[in-house]
Amino acid sequence: MSTSSIINFVFGRLTLSELPLDEPIVVVTFIAVALGGLAVLAALTYFKLWGYLWKEWFTSVDHKRIGVMYMVLGLVMFVRGFSDAIMMRGQQAMAFGGSQGYLPASHYDQVFTAHGVIMIFFAAMPFVTGLMNFAVPMQIGARDVSFPFLNNMSFWMTVAGAVLVMMSLFIGEFARTGWLAYPPLSGKEFSPDAGMDYYIWALQIAGVGTTLSGINLIATIIKLRAPGMTMMKLPVFVWTALCTNVLIVAAFPVLTAVLALLTLDRYVGTDFFTNNLGGNPMMYINLIWIWGHPEVYILILPLFGVFSEVTATFTGKKLFGYTSMVYATIVITVLAYLVWLHHFFTMGSGADVNSFFGITTMIISIPTGAKIFNWLFTIYRGRVRFELPMMWTIAFMITFVIGGMTGVMLAVPPADFVLHNSLFLVAHFHNVIIGGVVFGTFAAISYWWPKAFGFKLDKFWGMVSFWFWVVGFYFAFMPLYVLGFMGVTRRTRVFDDPSLQVWFVIAAFGALLIALGILSFFIQIGVSIKNRDKLRDFTGDPWGGRTLEWSTSSPPPAYNFAFQPVVHDRDTWSDMKQHGYVRPTDGFKPIHMPSNTGTGLILAACALAFGIGMIWYMWWLAVLGFVALLVVAIHHTYNYKRDFHISRDEVVETEGERTVMLAAKG
Amino acid sequence: MSTKVVNAQAGTGEAPVFYLRDEHEHPEGASTMLGFWMYLMSDCLIFAMLFATYAVLSGNYAAGPTPKDIFELPLVAVNTTMLLLSSITYGFAILAMQKGSAKQTQIWMVVTAIFGLCFVGIELSEFAHLIADGATPQRSAFLSSFFTLVATHGLHVSFGLLWMVVLFFQVRKHGLIPANRRRLICLSMFWHFLDVIWIGVFTVVYLMGVLR
Amino acid sequence: MSTDTHAGHGHHDDHAHDDGAAHGTLRSYATGFVLSVILTAIPFWLVMSGALPDKAVTIAVVLAMAAVQIVVHMIYFLHMSPKVEAGWSMLALVFTVMVIVIALSGSIWVMYHLNANMMPMSAEQMRDMP
Repeated sequence: MSTSSIINFVFGRLTLSELPLDEPIVVVTFIAVALGGLAVLAALTYFKLWGYLWKEWFTSVDHKRIGVMYMVLGLVMFVRGFSDAIMMRGQQAMAFGGSQGYLPASHYDQVFTAHGVIMIFFAAMPFVTGLMNFAVPMQIGARDVSFPFLNNMSFWMTVAGAVLVMMSLFIGEFARTGWLAYPPLSGKEFSPDAGMDYYIWALQIAGVGTTLSGINLIATIIKLRAPGMTMMKLPVFVWTALCTNVLIVAAFPVLTAVLALLTLDRYVGTDFFTNNLGGNPMMYINLIWIWGHPEVYILILPLFGVFSEVTATFTGKKLFGYTSMVYATIVITVLAYLVWLHHFFTMGSGADVNSFFGITTMIISIPTGAKIFNWLFTIYRGRVRFELPMMWTIAFMITFVIGGMTGVMLAVPPADFVLHNSLFLVAHFHNVIIGGVVFGTFAAISYWWPKAFGFKLDKFWGMVSFWFWVVGFYFAFMPLYVLGFMGVTRRTRVFDDPSLQVWFVIAAFGALLIALGILSFFIQIGVSIKNRDKLRDFTGDPWGGRTLEWSTSSPPPAYNFAFQPVVHDRDTWSDMKQHGYVRPTDGFKPIHMPSNTGTGLILAACALAFGIGMIWYMWWLAVLGFVALLVVAIHHTYNYKRDFHISRDEVVETEGERTVMLAAKG
Repeated sequence: MSTKVVNAQAGTGEAPVFYLRDEHEHPEGASTMLGFWMYLMSDCLIFAMLFATYAVLSGNYAAGPTPKDIFELPLVAVNTTMLLLSSITYGFAILAMQKGSAKQTQIWMVVTAIFGLCFVGIELSEFAHLIADGATPQRSAFLSSFFTLVATHGLHVSFGLLWMVVLFFQVRKHGLIPANRRRLICLSMFWHFLDVIWIGVFTVVYLMGVLR
Repeated sequence: MSTDTHAGHGHHDDHAHDDGAAHGTLRSYATGFVLSVILTAIPFWLVMSGALPDKAVTIAVVLAMAAVQIVVHMIYFLHMSPKVEAGWSMLALVFTVMVIVIALSGSIWVMYHLNANMMPMSAEQMRDMP
């Protein structure tokens, strides 16, 4: 065998030319990332933290730890996705009057594709999954989720997907197709390079994690509720989590199937979405939006739950209209499957079809409106405390309603024929996603941070971040509504009409304010850690909470509850406080818990190897990765002993520490 | 148990009980059946999308082979029989498990696997013939969707067979302990579910294909 | 729907079968098998022999028998009933079927219109165009 054929076999289609050595921006980024990464690795080694990280975090099956890790992943990827956003704003503000801007077309296309993929799949999804993972078991009085090992594995599969996306920045390129990768552009003929394959395998691997996580949380909510917690006594966040996970289990398989068909077209030469031999690219768009619309409800429903919890807590009243909230959530879940065509009114299905979906789209805004009214009625005649979670909630209500209204405008097919794929659309979905998902995530982080880490977040820097974000959002996106009305198309890199430039400059200014908001957020975290003793949460209930997680210490012990809680009413913790609950300090028993395991991480590593092999046509690596997946999984099933007991002494000691903490709060 | 405690407090006027000092631990594997059923529902959806794709693209022959040209219904009938027989023999395996006989369970698992292997073998030979005749998955959208739908089902069956082998050895090693019983029941659900999908396949693809 | 928050009956079960899981008997498996054989044989025979002159009727009968056989499988092999998992299994199945019906019928409806408007061609062209 010749040397070149050996190299071809080992490296597939990966050649030195795939390294972006001729692109200064990427080279500089790589150097910065490499140096930063090495610094982090060196610090971890110097402070001897690897053992701690492996034992306490990476192999943990504790839903609270996994939840925090999801949030960290989400934050890291959010920063990457935001850097794509800043690049786009910069390019679009500059590219007038003959200037081509600083981003060549092939880059710009990757930037907007990566921005969408990262923000949806690797920032927003990890955020909502992390929040649900962290809070749901405690809110239902359980000690963990139904399938703790699967929970850990789901996290690492998501990480593997994120690694693939990040890799594409430095080895090869990313897809240039937009975040949904429509064929024929995404097919083999027009996107032959590795970029689309990075996209496919990152999403398929992460998708396995997401689907399993959905199954896990549904089983948890149905099977592991504390005695007395009937469905209509569930915290509203748990209801929204249940419906979200139902949507996940009932929608992600569609994405899996569609991407698999595209994969077959690219790897095997089938004709699902080709232009000839009977293929139909429109079927891809149809199928991907059958997934895509439930996906946006997956992103927003958990945050609706957060807003319900926050509103009730910080107005000191029980939530108005619990039953209608529950029914509204269920109705949204069902209706989510009846609107998908509004994403492609202009593809040509005709007036009958368009009318049906236009009407259903308008109908689905009604249950959301009901929720807004319920929150408003909760606030009415309450005593509002303007802590950070409540600030974010109020900003959400105003911002999201505006975005919702523009959504109803887009729901009218004739209007959509003008506005489809314009900047109006871009403004609309950022309006609802930032107003809803991002503001909601910040509300949730400031709400549950004390529970997770034992100290509150610094309020001053939180307010700074809040105002930069809110003001920045309006500067960044209101101009886009104007531009969209004037006919500007999305994903455009260079412009001819000089009168448009001012709006893009305003938008870029808004993006800068948001950047300051993000920076302030990280400062807030640093300052809070530094001042954690002053910000300490001694009681475990810093906000006067209403649900069961606030009955535990901050942070909670691994087992959450020393004794199984018994539930009598909604807002269980409020109920307990009102009816003379006294915390037990003796009679503890050993507690049955699931064991840590490294198998999830190893499985994800095998999946990553498989993905890399498939992307670069390194078939030996793909086969190796796949076989390793099977072998490790089968080996794992031979381990029947996956649990242990926390000893009575340890429980006594942990609970004793809490007794001391509670006494110290004075 | 718990509900008794709660109800007893409601009428007595005492302080309500907010925790159980003496709790029954959740039995191990309490969530497994429901969780596995949810997974089957998600798998059902994947198949449904493949059926939808077949429904939309199966008329696109691109001047190539049509269903009447390539489907051999007698062979499909034999294959269907293999799968149906494997379903009943796995049912016998579960009955043996319920009676507590590990050995009988294992025997029926082997019989099931043999039928399953026949199914996969026949399907592979069908594919080989089609490809040799030029009816490849790349030839037309009809053939792409046909091969993908049927092969995805076949891959699931193959994976089920692998699971059956592993579980056979695990039953041999540990007997019918609760964990193995749960696994046998999950495999049972998986195996019968695949037969349900096959009903859809032979009806929509083969029978209706020939009737076009 | 049961508001019971716990599964099965705890660990004191002395039945040979698993906690709470539905299970079959020899008779129920045999019944399911016989029904399935009949519901398979008839469609195959109808199509292979061309016994019914009207293709549309044949298709309708074949589809109907498939639907019935699926229900037979659900009941006799998968032990589906409203009692399994306190009704949650049934609810999950109903929801999944609903999503499948919407996605399938919706896709066929939408794609039919898209094809008609955007790629209009006769049936022969559809068949014969490379």
